[in-house]
Amino acid sequence: MYPGGTTAVGGLSLDIPTGQITVLVGPSGCGKTTSLRMINRMIEPSSGLVAIDGRDTATLEVNELRRSIGYVIQSGGLFPHQSILDNIATVPLLLGWGRAKARARAHELLELVGLDPALAKRYPSQLSGGQQQRVGVARALAADPPVMLLDEPFSAVDPVVRAQLQDEFLRLQAELGKTIVFVTHDIDEAIKLADLVAVLRVGGTLAQFDAPARLLADPADDFVADFLGRDRGYRALGFVAAPGLPISAEPTVPLGATPAEAKQAAAGADWLLVLDAAGAPAGWVEPARLLAPITSAELHRGGTLARVGGSLRAALDAALSAPSRRGVITDDAGGLVGTVRAQDVLVEIERGPKTGAP
Amino acid sequence: MNWFLGHLDEVGSLMATHAVLASAPLLAGLLLAIPLGWLARRYRLLRTPLIVGTGLLYTIPSLALFILMPLVLGTGILDPLNVVVALTVYTVALLVRTVSDGLASVPDDVLQAASAMGIGRVSRFFKVELPLAVPVISAGLRVAAVSNVSIVSVAALLGIAQLGSLFTDGFARNYLDPIVVGILACIALALVFDLLIVTLTKAATPWLRVGSPA
Ligand SMILES: Nc1ncnc2c1ncn2[C@@H]1O[C@H](COP(=O)(O)OP(=O)(O)OP(=O)(O)O)[C@@H](O)[C@H]1O
Ligand SMILES: [Mg+2]
Repeated sequence: MYPGGTTAVGGLSLDIPTGQITVLVGPSGCGKTTSLRMINRMIEPSSGLVAIDGRDTATLEVNELRRSIGYVIQSGGLFPHQSILDNIATVPLLLGWGRAKARARAHELLELVGLDPALAKRYPSQLSGGQQQRVGVARALAADPPVMLLDEPFSAVDPVVRAQLQDEFLRLQAELGKTIVFVTHDIDEAIKLADLVAVLRVGGTLAQFDAPARLLADPADDFVADFLGRDRGYRALGFVAAPGLPISAEPTVPLGATPAEAKQAAAGADWLLVLDAAGAPAGWVEPARLLAPITSAELHRGGTLARVGGSLRAALDAALSAPSRRGVITDDAGGLVGTVRAQDVLVEIERGPKTGAP
Repeated sequence: MNWFLGHLDEVGSLMATHAVLASAPLLAGLLLAIPLGWLARRYRLLRTPLIVGTGLLYTIPSLALFILMPLVLGTGILDPLNVVVALTVYTVALLVRTVSDGLASVPDDVLQAASAMGIGRVSRFFKVELPLAVPVISAGLRVAAVSNVSIVSVAALLGIAQLGSLFTDGFARNYLDPIVVGILACIALALVFDLLIVTLTKAATPWLRVGSPA
């Protein structure tokens, strides 16, 4: 409750699992930031308590508590007057690690978050928004805190960089296994990153607290359903693996094949899959239209690729996006495995576990 | 010109005194204005009284303040301390608002991030707020420095020797040369102060002189 009587967050009770990503999501002003800041006591709750590992945070020394919790905000909040390296070394220095050790650790983190070590001596203003955001994450990770709080860390960068940062964030988390509370107002980001999603309503009450697949499949009420938006059925397929999909062998030719070779391989089909030198799918051609050996420029590249063992959503999308309507399935190394048809994916969806009860 | 060459030593020593009388209050005033500016920034209730109150001090005529000082401090009328204390008052008057504005110019997200990392109040002030406020404070300091150089000369009316003495002297003898030399010396001194502050500020804010994103 803020002075003046706004109850920003009321009656919120969450059990945040250790070592997992919990995402708080909800419309603007619903109290996500407020909830997050109560965890590191940037805001003291007027009632109720926050406990970490069973210890009431109110009983801990506030600065010690904060040094044990990584904190990342949207704008980065980097110190403009300190080099990237010094920014990252902040908490280790506060913890009395000594300069050499803190700097060595900062260098390690630069690499961990995928930044060029040459940036170490620069100032924040000399970095792009995406790079600054990585520094923010590196700084929060510096003292290896068990708990991380992130408040819309990726919302100030363009969609391409955001997707990159999200992927790297997941890769990092797979490596580090932190207990993470992540705030966003972007439900797609929540679904992509979360082990558990808490959907909040204005006033800070909990609308639903569930795994993303469950949330998509079974919204608790109209508010949650509205908030999740369109294409829920399709998006939910992203959480269903497709181990039993029938994968057919696909005729192929290598890049550089002649029109005659292509027509022969296609055996009358309209579209033919072309592989690059490494044996990875490069794109589709129409053999009937070929006049010269196949070059990379002629390829139709619309089709998305799905990995074998990937989700039904990826397989269906591969089928729907390929001009031949045959979805290309690859192995983990990117090599061709075969193709699936949309109708086979639909059969699998009908046959598989009902998404309403995953 | 001849007069100047004939009085090099005298002008030099007056200039040295002038420099000390103008710069000592500058430092003292800055040291006082920092905590006052911090208070004005930190406590909303104190802001108006502090900034308006100290600002009003600047409107007291300098001659009056010089004459008042012995009464307040119990010093002799010729004591240079009168000048130093009076100019410290003026410097504080100019700098409290500047310091407060400088601290307010520090981005809020930077402060939030600092606190969230567990940087204590005091070290946050010295390691984050003050360094980031330097550019604004320095701008105010430059104004105060020039103002001090000019106000010190008024003390010549009380018989405290510095460059201002050249004005009273020239006036009394109806002789233009010392007056011109005094003015030029004052300007030179003000320029030196200004250059010194600019140089120190640059040295203290290396992050402001780097290019934009690569
Ligand atoms: N310092 C404050 N004083 C008074 N009210 C506040 C303060 N900070 C936030 N609030 C109010 O508390 C409520 C929740 O704010 P909060 O910042 O937690 O929202 P949020 O969910 O993070 O929103 P957003 O998505 O816009 O960041 C809002 O109604 C806001 O106006
Ligand atoms: Mg917020």
